[in-house]
Amino acid sequence: MALIETCNLEKRYDVGESVVRALDDVSVRIRAGEFVSVMGPSGSGKSTFMNMIGCLDVPSAGRYLLDGIDTGLLGPDELAEIRNRKIGFVFQGFNLLARTTALENVQVPLLYSAQRPKDFRDRAVSALKLLGLENRLDHHPNQLSGGQQQRVAIARALVNDAPLLLADEPTGNLDTKTGIEIMELFVRLNEEKKITIVLVTHEADIAACSRRIIRFLDGRIVSDQVN
Amino acid sequence: MKINLASTIKISLRALRVNKMRSALTMLGIIIGVAAVITMLAVGKGARTKIAEQISAVGSNLIIVLPGSTTAGGIRLASGSFQNLTRADADAIRNECSAVQTTAPVLNGGVQVVYGNQNWATTVYGTDENMLEVRDWTLAAGRNFYEQEIRSAAKVCILGQTVAESLFGNDDPLDKAIRIKKVAFTVIGVLNTKGQSMIGMDQDDIIYVPVTSAQRNLFGRWFAGSIRTIMVKAVNTQALERAEDQIRELLRQRHRLAPGQEDDFTVRNLTQMMQMAEQASKVMALLLAAVAGVSLLVGGIGIMNIMLVSVTERTREIGIRMAVGAKTWDIRTQFIIEALILSLIGGLIGVLLGIAAARMLSFFAEWTVSFSLVSILISFGFSGIVGIFFGFYPAYKASLMNPIDALRHE
Repeated sequence: MALIETCNLEKRYDVGESVVRALDDVSVRIRAGEFVSVMGPSGSGKSTFMNMIGCLDVPSAGRYLLDGIDTGLLGPDELAEIRNRKIGFVFQGFNLLARTTALENVQVPLLYSAQRPKDFRDRAVSALKLLGLENRLDHHPNQLSGGQQQRVAIARALVNDAPLLLADEPTGNLDTKTGIEIMELFVRLNEEKKITIVLVTHEADIAACSRRIIRFLDGRIVSDQVN
Repeated sequence: MKINLASTIKISLRALRVNKMRSALTMLGIIIGVAAVITMLAVGKGARTKIAEQISAVGSNLIIVLPGSTTAGGIRLASGSFQNLTRADADAIRNECSAVQTTAPVLNGGVQVVYGNQNWATTVYGTDENMLEVRDWTLAAGRNFYEQEIRSAAKVCILGQTVAESLFGNDDPLDKAIRIKKVAFTVIGVLNTKGQSMIGMDQDDIIYVPVTSAQRNLFGRWFAGSIRTIMVKAVNTQALERAEDQIRELLRQRHRLAPGQEDDFTVRNLTQMMQMAEQASKVMALLLAAVAGVSLLVGGIGIMNIMLVSVTERTREIGIRMAVGAKTWDIRTQFIIEALILSLIGGLIGVLLGIAAARMLSFFAEWTVSFSLVSILISFGFSGIVGIFFGFYPAYKASLMNPIDALRHE
């Protein structure tokens, strides 16, 4: 069974008189364990697609099944629970909470889970250890480098053992060397932990790390090939 | 409620610490509101306590019977100018009216009193041994009149504190002879202090002598047995009106007034008058507290204002939290708790400040203040309710945000 399955997904925005189709008839299947890059120029709909499969936004038409669940039938709180349990996000701008330590940032998804809080700290620590940040537990985001901040964000995405990791231009704010390190990390997570990764990028060498590349143009999929 | 309360409180405290000045100013609204409520309740309750004290100082459940006014050649003189009340009337009221506990006659006049080289202008009240019971008054030293002293017009007297201090200073007045209108009276007792009456008269500036003695030795122009007023004590507060009616009926009968003829006496219910004063002060206290309550409300609006600003500023944070799984309720709780922390800390400081302010009023302005635990708890609790009430809308607004818009917010 596919982890992600979209059928004729559509997202329209009414801009005055005209209608903009950010997504137009997008049907795609992504199996568990895949590492997929989504490419395309600005405004091609790749980010909208990402928000859609990340349950952050709802489609105007079409269906989206995540792990067999029809997300169109769910309310905001149920979508929040899905995001919490099944999806880890990594953003271009890191999106860490300011004035909050790395350890606490990583614990945030746990706070909103229905789990008992007694092992929260241990789980956050081991997630940070996995990313080589065991010496930065009590650092605030502004005391960390860009690469370190992004690794904290990845630790946050992993802490709930979500099967799907969505990364929106994760290397966009990083220098090339750090970007490559982060990409190596993704490859490792995909191979060792079998985490499904969907990554939005417009850089060909970043997309080259993945095994499948989906290209968007004007809200439509124009190519879908194995790398 | 799945969200971890301890960590929510921690998050809220951190958010409030980030904008220390802003949080402090917001709290100030609540602090002033709660402090004002506490102070005003204390002042109001103090005023009522004082009036209640004054009522019991005059004597509780008191009725005064005055003679009616005389008409001399078409000119009506003041009430009390007629000498038609007698000791027999007082005794009859005591014995025949079931709603009356006891009565005391009064025949009074201003006099100059002398002891040694000291002299003092005061008022002498001729009365009997029931007076102390009527006025709920106790003796600091000595004894009450004996009944036999009233009958025999003995030259004995009981002094109020002011008179005792003015004439005797630190000396013991008991068994000393003072001169009232050049007649020697032996001091047999000294009254406890009662303080000022409601209109500011010194109630301790007084001398009691047997009514018979007053008539014979001091105010000789009065007809034998006639007195100026009768003081009546009803059995309890509920019986006051019944006692009035009984007194009126009895005196009309005793004074042989035909039906339709005007009363030749006046019955005044002192306690009722003072209870009205107490009622008025109660209304005043409520008004003060209401005005203070309005300032608490204004403080609450301040909280709402700041929380709205805070929600807008932290839109991105809300977006992040929603992206990683925060539900409507989680976001709502966080902001409500933040508002609640603001208002409760403000409330706590306000309670302390209010108590301090009321203490200062009582110390410097010598106002009577009185605290009650209930009023303090209520105003503290009210500050919490204000926090929740005014925190709700901003929290609600935050919880309805669309995660994707919130994340994009710069």
